[in-house]
Amino acid sequence: MRRLLNVRPTGGWRFGLGLIPLLAVALIYVIASSAWHAANPTEKVLPTVGAMAAEIKVMAIDTDPQTGAIPLWQDTGASLRRMGIGLGIATATTLVLGLMIGVLPLARAAIGPLVSAVAVIPPIAVLPVLFITLGLGETAKIALIVLGVTPFMVRDLAGHVAAIPEEQIVKAQTLGASTWQIALRVALPQALPRLFESLRLSLGPAWVFLISAEAIASDVGLGYRIFLVRRYLAMDIILPYVAWIALLAVGFDLILVALNRRLFPWAHPARGR
Amino acid sequence: MSAILAFRNVWVEYGDKIVLEKVDLGVEEGAFVSIVGPSGAGKSTFLRLVLGQEAPTRGTVELDGAPLRPEPGRDRGVVFQRYSVFPHLSALDNVLFGLDCAGSMALGRLSGARRREAKAKAAAMLEQVGLGAALDVFPAQLSGGMQQRLAIAQALILHPRILLLDEPFGALDPGVRLDMHALISGLWREHGLTILMVTHDIKEAFKLGTRVLALDKHRHDPQAPHRYGARVVHDFPLDRKAPMAIPPELAAAD
Repeated sequence: MRRLLNVRPTGGWRFGLGLIPLLAVALIYVIASSAWHAANPTEKVLPTVGAMAAEIKVMAIDTDPQTGAIPLWQDTGASLRRMGIGLGIATATTLVLGLMIGVLPLARAAIGPLVSAVAVIPPIAVLPVLFITLGLGETAKIALIVLGVTPFMVRDLAGHVAAIPEEQIVKAQTLGASTWQIALRVALPQALPRLFESLRLSLGPAWVFLISAEAIASDVGLGYRIFLVRRYLAMDIILPYVAWIALLAVGFDLILVALNRRLFPWAHPARGR
Repeated sequence: MSAILAFRNVWVEYGDKIVLEKVDLGVEEGAFVSIVGPSGAGKSTFLRLVLGQEAPTRGTVELDGAPLRPEPGRDRGVVFQRYSVFPHLSALDNVLFGLDCAGSMALGRLSGARRREAKAKAAAMLEQVGLGAALDVFPAQLSGGMQQRLAIAQALILHPRILLLDEPFGALDPGVRLDMHALISGLWREHGLTILMVTHDIKEAFKLGTRVLALDKHRHDPQAPHRYGARVVHDFPLDRKAPMAIPPELAAAD
């Protein structure tokens, strides 16, 4: 009899095994909500699938007569725009600071402590400061995302660059490379796959910061909508919105993984032995 | 022949620990110098000095009569035991790297006709070390021996005054190591290289070298072992045509 830890599911099996718990959760929900509703038809906490479908139609397909827009798409557009600008700024900052700190001992001594200090501040605690100084508009929300994920990304990238074997750096110098050329042709290309990875890991926290900022002061956005309809216990809107956010998050994750593999084949030698 | 590399009364100390003491040495152009010695006898420090990774505490190291800057430079090529090639560049781009850096300060990358010219040079160099069929392969897809061939080609493309080898074949299988011995001997002769090779393998040292230096502490103080540094305790000039038997004082350490 093989040991349990040596049993490896392959192909369809692996996919199927992952699907079972997901389907089980969905099934349990459907059974629970219909049973609940049979007892109390006005119940709001576990909306039936039918009720949610009706609300999805209202939110995602019908135009809101007051605003002239479809709420779900309007919210998604606004949230993704904030997310995109925030993560874009964070990534660009990380690339510059991370490379500098990783390559130059001088920069490590000068900027390292500042980055470490900013990193220990809980970003949500600074949110009032952002709202006060930057106003309640888009800037504060984007700034929260930037402030929230950049310190982690910078430290991660700097650590990765600093861990490039010294042999490589010495070798590059014996080949006549200057500091700039080493940063550009040795450190940068080896940093990029890691940057993708750390951006991927930062997506989760970035969503947290985005939804927090939207919940507190906004007039459009996925987080705004969830917290708005919470007042009416509208679980039939909240649950589909949460599922939609989860779907978006999984989508970005997959896109980043695929891009990383496609752009940097050298960093992903053939898997499996 | 003139000395290309000279150590003049070189001492290296870390705090009160003496690593190398009173090393006086001249290396002639075209020599293949093997450096042996027990662990901790300053072999790596010796190499780091020549490479410019550190500066002597006292004394000077001179290359072509001028004191070395304490910084690696393109006059000294190097092949380490591991990690001396760039994992993100193909074999051809690895060899091109030196030419790229010399030809384009801002981008570190040649373009157009100059790149084509450099590519032809690099491909010829790879052909010489037996990697003519692996131009577009990333290092991770090459075996250990092929990676070392690549590292050698990468260093030689710039025609360094001295080639430093830091236990270059230490991680290779015995059969592959023999192929590498033939390769490096051939390149040494063809290119008229001056080579300094640090090795653990005394047979290899005597087989390849025209001169074998043994580094060791000349005195051992049991109360304060760190107060005596290593120096060159044996210096064997070899005649390549009449291979010399390994001297008994070194054979014991093998």
